[in-house]
Amino acid sequence: MTLSRQQIEELIKGVSLTRDEEVTCDECLGDLAEFAERMLEGKSLPDGLRAVEHHLEICAECHEEYAALLRALKQAE
Amino acid sequence: MTAVGSVQAEALKELRAILYSRLRATLFGRISVDDALLDDFAQEALLKVLGSLGQFQSRSRFLTWATTIAVRTAFTELRRRHWKDVSLDQFLQRADTANEQVTKPQCKSDRQELIQEMYRIIDTQLTKKQRTALLAELQGMPLEEIGRRMGSNRNAIYKLTHDARKQLKKHLDSAGYTVSDLQIA
Repeated sequence: MTLSRQQIEELIKGVSLTRDEEVTCDECLGDLAEFAERMLEGKSLPDGLRAVEHHLEICAECHEEYAALLRALKQAE
Repeated sequence: MTAVGSVQAEALKELRAILYSRLRATLFGRISVDDALLDDFAQEALLKVLGSLGQFQSRSRFLTWATTIAVRTAFTELRRRHWKDVSLDQFLQRADTANEQVTKPQCKSDRQELIQEMYRIIDTQLTKKQRTALLAELQGMPLEEIGRRMGSNRNAIYKLTHDARKQLKKHLDSAGYTVSDLQIA
């Protein structure tokens, strides 16, 4: 098994961000609408949504979907 | 959405049109995304939204919530199509061979110990499933596609890679590497 330098960087970042308890992709999806609206409106995040923010730092797919959601919502404004 | 008859049909038609419009705004221009595909995504998303109405808790606007489901639906299908001919074993083997040529000479000496320790933990402390899922994710395969190939799903694969990261963190900590060491490295 070998990893590229970029993959090693990603792994180190992922491990350093790791928490004992993390929300899953489905739990993130359940809170994503509220999270996105708060971000777009510049509102502070309640503690419950901090876990979503953390998940988006780690999960590439959820991050990609969140970016797409923001694009869609901004276009709809 | 609880109206009946023609009122309900009109509401569904309107919701479908909004989902289509929002998906188009965020996806159009991607290779392989055309109007017909967007139409399929909007229809599938509408069905999923209707099937998930009980989960809407009014913590956001209804349309924002419905759009999250539409976006998830579309990306899941796009990823499935993109990865459909790729087997997990072949993918990992190809990536391993490619990395073999570039990685080892590039390791800086002051980081070698940390990297070697990470390799050791991956090899000896992770389960085969954890190792496979973690490596496939690092090589760029989406979680849901890893799940499809391991007889599992995106959520379960996230938990698997989370457990793998926790194992790495725990064993690195035991070997004397703190989170701040990792961040500096």
